[in-house]
Amino acid sequence: MLFLALLFLWPLAEAFIVAFSGPAGQWSLENFREMADDLNFTDAVRNTLLLVVVVVPLQLALALGLGVLLGNLGRGRDAFLYIWTIPLGISDLAAGIVWLAILGERGYINSFLQALGVIDGPVLWLSYETPLALFLAVVVAEVWRATAIVLVILVAGMQLIPKEYYEAAEVFGAGAWQRFRRITLPLLKPSIQTALILRTILAFEVFAVVVVLGGRDLPVLAGEAFAWQYDYQNAGIASAYAVLILTVSLAATWLYLRLLRVREESLA
Amino acid sequence: MKPRRVLYLSLALLASIWVLVPIYLLAISAFGGPETINAWPKGLLPERISAETIAFFFAVRGVWNAIRNSIIVAVLTMLMSILLGAPAGYALARFVFPGKDGYRLLILLTRAFPIAILALPLTVRFIQIGIYDTPFAVALVHTALALPFAILVSSSLFMGVPRELEEAAWTLGCTRFQAFRKVVWPLARPGIAATMIFAFVISWNEVFAASVLTLRERTLTAFLLTSLNESPLHFRFAGGFFLILPALVFIFAVRRYLFSMWGIANR
Repeated sequence: MLFLALLFLWPLAEAFIVAFSGPAGQWSLENFREMADDLNFTDAVRNTLLLVVVVVPLQLALALGLGVLLGNLGRGRDAFLYIWTIPLGISDLAAGIVWLAILGERGYINSFLQALGVIDGPVLWLSYETPLALFLAVVVAEVWRATAIVLVILVAGMQLIPKEYYEAAEVFGAGAWQRFRRITLPLLKPSIQTALILRTILAFEVFAVVVVLGGRDLPVLAGEAFAWQYDYQNAGIASAYAVLILTVSLAATWLYLRLLRVREESLA
Repeated sequence: MKPRRVLYLSLALLASIWVLVPIYLLAISAFGGPETINAWPKGLLPERISAETIAFFFAVRGVWNAIRNSIIVAVLTMLMSILLGAPAGYALARFVFPGKDGYRLLILLTRAFPIAILALPLTVRFIQIGIYDTPFAVALVHTALALPFAILVSSSLFMGVPRELEEAAWTLGCTRFQAFRKVVWPLARPGIAATMIFAFVISWNEVFAASVLTLRERTLTAFLLTSLNESPLHFRFAGGFFLILPALVFIFAVRRYLFSMWGIANR
């Protein structure tokens, strides 16, 4: 407990101090002003938000689908579940490299498209000249890598739903879609909430996938924080970015808690 | 087979292909020798199987050191998070104390902490106290990441051990500690092992903090990240594959515990 407090609250306080202090050590918003004036700042904010808005719902839908599918599989269920959770152990860095092999200039996608006759030769997808393709590449890589965690959380939640509910519903003539909408979704709400919060926060931190696939051609918040700290050695602005990430993460968490309020009795 | 089952199975197969094919393609990029990477158009089979790329990867200066650092950091993280996490988990499972629910929520919230806000200020502090650029410093930050999981999983494990067994041991003359060692510990051990493996993977995969907190004593992820721009493609592929390899084994080892962890975290 003490250790946790030490390792969380202390850096937090320190990050705020560094972010809010001017060159002479006084309180100032200088770092934030400089951050907002930076060329990449608007792009970084926009890209990060867009990524969250596109990736997270996709993952939730996909994971819900897979979860329901899993419940209907019967034999072979465990093997499929193992395969689907493999990406859980794959780091964002490795995931970026995986998709680099596929989407890179001499990668498999280009080869495939050429075989289909769509393109004449290798196309450079992952550059600043093709921001849309680069963005889509990151989306694909993120969905590939991080849907597994949503799936695990949802499946864990689905296992808690009593089988009798479905049987009763079937007796009363509810179809598959109705069962999903009237039983699975409402009872899964706490799990959905947890999954959404966790995934959204992690999506705000998206970093290595983007760096591998596009370098800084597709600026994102965490990538900028890293660049300011590592390349420019400016801890003040890096911390300002970190504070910004924390703020949007907390705001998103709060929003989810409000929107998907879970009633106490359903928590039992 | 009923048509419905055929449909379900083919959907499940499709999803599995979606997960596995990218890994396969990376594997043949890493093991197919330079010909496979440069081949055009590409086939779905490697041109030939060779260890050339992997050998090249290991021959690069700094790679072995980075792997060693990665392992040291991950083992340290594993030990620290279990030594701190298991007692906390036991306390959560067995004792009633004020603020218990709040404590549980707090642990979950720590997961909501952006790693950037942990790692950046600590760089400055670590330089001041002289542990910057050491595996220990990275392990400290990774422990902060892994500890919440360790506490939650171990508390769910200890809750799974019936209290009656422990009480029976007490009436038979065991002290609290003896009862823990002889009754609870053997029952919880496999789960604890899974928790440790999980902490290992979290640390092994972490990129941001490791890159910011090290300079010469890079971990493997940090090494790969910071050398991305100057390294040839096949080096990156080999590195990426080597990063994934432990993950495959580890997820298999802990698969039974993945769900107990999240089942408990939801409540």
